[in-house]
Amino acid sequence: MRRSCSLLAIVLAAATFAARAVADEPPDYARDIRPILAKHCFQCHGAEKQNSGLRLDVRSRALAGGESGQAAISPGKSGESPVATRIASGDPELMMPPDGERLSAREVELVRAWIDAGARWPEERAGEELLKRSHWAFQPPGRPEVPAVRAGDWVRNPIDNFVLARLEAEGLAPSAEADRMALVRRLSLDLVGLPPSIAEVDAFVADNTEGAYQRAIERLLASPHYGERWARHWLDAARYADSDGYEKDKSRQVWFYRDWAINALNRDLPYDQFVIEQIAGDLLPDASQDRFVATGFLRNAMTNEEGGIDPEQFRMEAMFDRMDAIGKSILGITIQCAQCHNHKYDPLTQEDYYRMFALLNDAHEANIAVYTPQEQLRKADLVRQIDRIEADLKHHTPDWAERMAAWEATVRDNQPAWTVVRPELDSSGGTKHTLQEDGSILAQGYAPTKHSPKFTVQTEAPSIAAFRLELLTDPNLPLAGPGRSIWGTAALTEFEVEAAPAGAPEKRQKVKLKAATADVNPPETPLAKIFDDRSGKRRVTGPIAFALDGNGETAWGTDAGPGRRNQPRKAVFVAETPIANLAGTVLTFTLAQNHGGWNSDDNQNHNLGRFRLSITPAADAVADPLPTYVREALAVPAAERTPRQTDAIFGFWRTTVPDWQEANARIEELWREHPEGSSQLAMIARDKPRDTHLLKRGDFLKPDRAVAPGVPSFLHPLAADAPPTRLSFARWLVDRRSPTTARAIVNRVWQGYFGTGLVSTSEDLGTQSEPPSHPALLDWLAVEFMDRGWSMKQLHRLILTSATYRQSSRVAPDLLARDPYNRLLARGPRFRVEGEVVRDIALAASGLLTERIGGPSVFPPLPEFMLLPPVSYGPKTWPASTGEDRYRRGLYTFRYRSLPYPVLQTFDAPNGDFSCVRRARSNTPLQALVTLNEPISVECARALARRTLAESEKTDDARLRYAFRLCVARPPSSEETAALSKFYEQQKERVAAGWVNAWQLVADKEADAVTPPAVPEGATPTELAAWTAVARVLLNLDETITKE
Amino acid sequence: MNCQTYLYRGQDPRMLARRWFLRDCGVGLGAMALAQLLGTDACAAPAAVASAANDPLAPRAPHHPGKAKRVIFLFMAGAPSHLELFDYKPQLAKFDGTLPPADLIKEYRAAFINPSSKLLGPKYAFAKHGRCGAEISELLPQLAEVVDDITIVRSCVTDAFNHAPGQILMNTGSQQFGRPSFGAWTLYGLGSESQNLPGFIVINSGKKGPSGGNSNWGSGFLPTVYQGVAFRSGGDPVLYLSNPPGVDSQLQRESLDTIAQLNRMRLDVVGDPEIATRTSAFELAYRMQTAAPELVDLSRESAETLALYGAELGKPSFANNCLLARRLIESGVRFVQLFHESWDQHGNLKQDLKKNCQDTDRASAALVKDLKRRGLLDDTLVIWGGEFGRTPMAQDGDNGRDHHPNAFTMWMAGGGLKPGLTLGSTDELGFNAVEDVVHVHDLHATLLHLLGFDHTKLTHRFQGRDFRLTDVHGRVVEKLLA
Repeated sequence: MRRSCSLLAIVLAAATFAARAVADEPPDYARDIRPILAKHCFQCHGAEKQNSGLRLDVRSRALAGGESGQAAISPGKSGESPVATRIASGDPELMMPPDGERLSAREVELVRAWIDAGARWPEERAGEELLKRSHWAFQPPGRPEVPAVRAGDWVRNPIDNFVLARLEAEGLAPSAEADRMALVRRLSLDLVGLPPSIAEVDAFVADNTEGAYQRAIERLLASPHYGERWARHWLDAARYADSDGYEKDKSRQVWFYRDWAINALNRDLPYDQFVIEQIAGDLLPDASQDRFVATGFLRNAMTNEEGGIDPEQFRMEAMFDRMDAIGKSILGITIQCAQCHNHKYDPLTQEDYYRMFALLNDAHEANIAVYTPQEQLRKADLVRQIDRIEADLKHHTPDWAERMAAWEATVRDNQPAWTVVRPELDSSGGTKHTLQEDGSILAQGYAPTKHSPKFTVQTEAPSIAAFRLELLTDPNLPLAGPGRSIWGTAALTEFEVEAAPAGAPEKRQKVKLKAATADVNPPETPLAKIFDDRSGKRRVTGPIAFALDGNGETAWGTDAGPGRRNQPRKAVFVAETPIANLAGTVLTFTLAQNHGGWNSDDNQNHNLGRFRLSITPAADAVADPLPTYVREALAVPAAERTPRQTDAIFGFWRTTVPDWQEANARIEELWREHPEGSSQLAMIARDKPRDTHLLKRGDFLKPDRAVAPGVPSFLHPLAADAPPTRLSFARWLVDRRSPTTARAIVNRVWQGYFGTGLVSTSEDLGTQSEPPSHPALLDWLAVEFMDRGWSMKQLHRLILTSATYRQSSRVAPDLLARDPYNRLLARGPRFRVEGEVVRDIALAASGLLTERIGGPSVFPPLPEFMLLPPVSYGPKTWPASTGEDRYRRGLYTFRYRSLPYPVLQTFDAPNGDFSCVRRARSNTPLQALVTLNEPISVECARALARRTLAESEKTDDARLRYAFRLCVARPPSSEETAALSKFYEQQKERVAAGWVNAWQLVADKEADAVTPPAVPEGATPTELAAWTAVARVLLNLDETITKE
Repeated sequence: MNCQTYLYRGQDPRMLARRWFLRDCGVGLGAMALAQLLGTDACAAPAAVASAANDPLAPRAPHHPGKAKRVIFLFMAGAPSHLELFDYKPQLAKFDGTLPPADLIKEYRAAFINPSSKLLGPKYAFAKHGRCGAEISELLPQLAEVVDDITIVRSCVTDAFNHAPGQILMNTGSQQFGRPSFGAWTLYGLGSESQNLPGFIVINSGKKGPSGGNSNWGSGFLPTVYQGVAFRSGGDPVLYLSNPPGVDSQLQRESLDTIAQLNRMRLDVVGDPEIATRTSAFELAYRMQTAAPELVDLSRESAETLALYGAELGKPSFANNCLLARRLIESGVRFVQLFHESWDQHGNLKQDLKKNCQDTDRASAALVKDLKRRGLLDDTLVIWGGEFGRTPMAQDGDNGRDHHPNAFTMWMAGGGLKPGLTLGSTDELGFNAVEDVVHVHDLHATLLHLLGFDHTKLTHRFQGRDFRLTDVHGRVVEKLLA
């Protein structure tokens, strides 16, 4: 009582002061309040420690309060704010701080006045930044203590300690181990995405020796199908698709990237390397083809090539998409929002975003030639043979160097002076032409199959006798160009020039051209099928004269065959009479490019990619036969040339030596054997990175201040000695200090096994993420993963050998009610497999599956209308696969973004528009229609029936058991057998009675319409039909498409 | 498109478990189509009805009572010319052939043309119609008959001027791919009332498919059950709907019964309610096999109705699709979207517009008339429009117009809109919307309002953020509301 009286006196005394202070100006947080809180409160309620869950250094947390749930500060109401009442309280139960120095009366009153005045807490002091930075996922994971558990004998590895500790705390017990058939099927579906064969199941069940389970894991990890299975998860994150998206959604070749991912996983490329190669493989020392291919990860973004686009806009969109993909798939944080503004919840600023952006903004949008291992061998062999022939020539011509030098003297200065003209650009046809620094013009965006752009320029040249058209290579063109066709080739239908005296456009006249020369003059060749314009005309490419013959069906072609088609080319056109206008001349060049196919919405263009126009007064000008790289070598003084440069000169010179005709012909012959190869989108660093600006609201037209490349300040810095490059960035991503990288991937692997990650929001571990169900387990796994050399296979072993994984997935109602989503892991996982695996199970069970790994994507049957307008924007190419390719695994199905393959889409496969690290798992009637009625599903049912009749013992029960086990591994129960047998008998009866047309039911192909379908030996057509009906039922069971 | 956060938002597996104990006929637990079954399944236990609340497609009440309960969106892909159809500009006719004022096109980006191209006067005459006196092109004589029932917005603006981004923006509220479509949001918010059909159905017609393809009706990060399902007016209305060769209806029925029986046995062993959900999905699929072909069979319509739309049996057309749209919403489908892509008149403007209007005018107007006489217009929203407008400047000589985001017209009808209203206006050249400007986001906000939603509250959490159709924009255009 005495105490409270005295307190009251103090309060009253202070009130006068406080009232004045309040009247004048309320206490200022930074000046008056924070020092008080820091002195008395933060030790227990600050960043380090939060007793009772209360934190007072951060506004939102102080307002929210601690575990009591009551706000610690209620702005405007000091009387209802425990912070104010408790610092003033004398009650030992309540007073704060509980011990140590008490607050002075003035301090108490300042706090009270500040709260009463609304507890103004300025934004920059609110501490949110602090809070965001202290989020668990932004601290590098440490190795947590493995918790002790009571039921220690259940534990197989430390994972189980973490899981069991939680279960014991919840008063739950783990489930029994799944039976061996269920286990081996689960392992098989998880590791290779295919059901186990009956023999595999039986072998596993029969193997009672030590280590049988581990051996099953090793067998599956060693299977090449392991790479297919787990690459598919990664390909979702890499937003893999086989087309370029948006309107045209043209097909493109990126399957080398898909196969790279499969192979990388199969050889257990450590995850840190796996990431580095995908972000900056091209920058690694001695980058092999594989490492360029790996950068296809960044290039999986969509590209809009509809008419009327600005290529830079969609390059930027692709950059944003790359950032998003890195955020979701590698960092496990969402960074997309910082494209327009500071991240609202995570401590990522817009500046941070563009600093990272700058690290990626250094590359060409390249499309490179790639070769399979076999093709690479063949290529190397050709080079060896050519080298041998050339060495032989040198060997037999001891003075070859002198002779070559003499020749060199004759050609070194034999070119007339050319003046490059920089014309006005013509984008009227939809193609975007941009002028490059060297005066060349780059064609991008929409590529019509027929167009005749005009380029106009005024020149002061007193005399113009000839024109040169150079076709240049560019990393941004298909296979580096110089054309825009899928092979990087071009066809020039006609070359025309008009001239007018400057200022007198009415005097414009067509310039008569008398002669044309080119450095490549392929023989007359009919156009490839892809350039068919459906005119029925015989359209050809050939020598340069075809560009001057006034014939719309002939064109100059640049295709020198595989291995040599992607080189700069040139053509020279000489005027009949030189043009001379004292006041200057306006020249209009028309470059007719009409040798593409019928469909401008597909890859049928045959256009020029990058080209440059020049003029000369020399009337005797001819196209320089020397290739650019030879000219470049010649420009180097002989003594300073590298052997390679000398070889380049020799390689051309030998073709001019008449005595060597036979050797030259042999070399030409060898070139014809050069493999065709494929293309792949990849990153190729530019000589100089692009400048990056912060973009206001993410708008590429609103660049703000320039931004230097770097990483977010709230995360670990780039390695001290590392230059700010894409490669350094890649290494930074997988630095051990990176707090989210290892956690994100182990969480997703966990998600792959258990259906839900330890953090359920696997794309976002940031402050808005769902709290982890087992935080310590997540950190332990992340650290263990890194300690084991980032080995994915080690991680799989670790999880698979846990007792947690081996639990039965059967669930009793009370557990289901208690833990519906199985977050506590008191049972094994049970969920429907992914779309690709739905398909693969049917193919495998029926025996139709083609097990070949990799290669171009395939085209299982689709109804034609789906590929045509008005369903598709334009007609889509879908050459239905026949033979083995009809039955490839789901992951090899060609993926059009705008027209996802319906079987996979229906089962929630993402279409690759953006990075996806967590698929939905829906359960819909459309899925039933797919598995019941879709042609391949039906073919699988027929094949399963045939296989059963051919392979099984010849009793109905044995057959049933065999077919059943092909689908679900276990034998049917007697109840199940009874139900299926009844169904079989019913159908047999209906077939026999003619109600069901057996032939129709079992016949696959149209060919079967005339030839009776084959019936396995020992079976009747009626039986085959009835078994087909049974097989269809089996393939449609919930269990068949479910991992249990 | 199928990347999402929750399997089924708001669906609590515990509810499923409870139902599982009840063992009501072994059907209809969970994910799909439960509600559809409940209404008609005599053996459905009362508790099952309660659990319909956990069905992602169960009908749900919106934030406030919506005037509109369903939507038919006639999406005119390619972008129709507002200047020939709805927005009469005498000054544009007057200045035909002259260059636009320099300050008007300052910083203007055009897709194909040089912005400083000659102005092109309207190719068709306009006249006022109806009691409201709405001014409409001579190309739209049928629409002119229903102007008192529709609401025209002449002041629409968008951010995109290329087709794919423009269409994606109009249909998903974002130029970036990966967001749920308007139809998906609607279904997410309201559920479906259809017994046998998907709740969001898409039908295509015209010269091409929509730019951006399936993403225009995707579910984005919403559960895949909300995405649009492509329907066809000919052949199998839904992909893989027909039984395979040799499978007659009895074999199909007995197959499904056997599947259900075996699934049930498995359910008894493993206890996963998802098994029952799958069985019910198969049941719904079976019912769809009967219902969908009946629905697309327009021969059940009277000759008068067919004539009203200009529909011809067995001949796929926009007209048939309009009639089909009416039949679909009558059977409880929540959202029907027709894509008619043919409006990209860079050239041949005069002839192509005439043809397009011949293809679409009668059917679009008929839809309004037909819905009205059936009493459906009051709570059905009909929306007509494309992704942007066309330039007042000419392309391709004097017979084409380029893409133009600064002004375009849309019309709507029914569902709580003010009939007979023409809202907004553009400047004298039809270049910029200047009065009562309605951005795509505003349009979405308004349409959601009519459906009963506060557009700022119809959200879905993904990647740590609450996403919505209107992103961080949009305001309800009060003037449009009845």
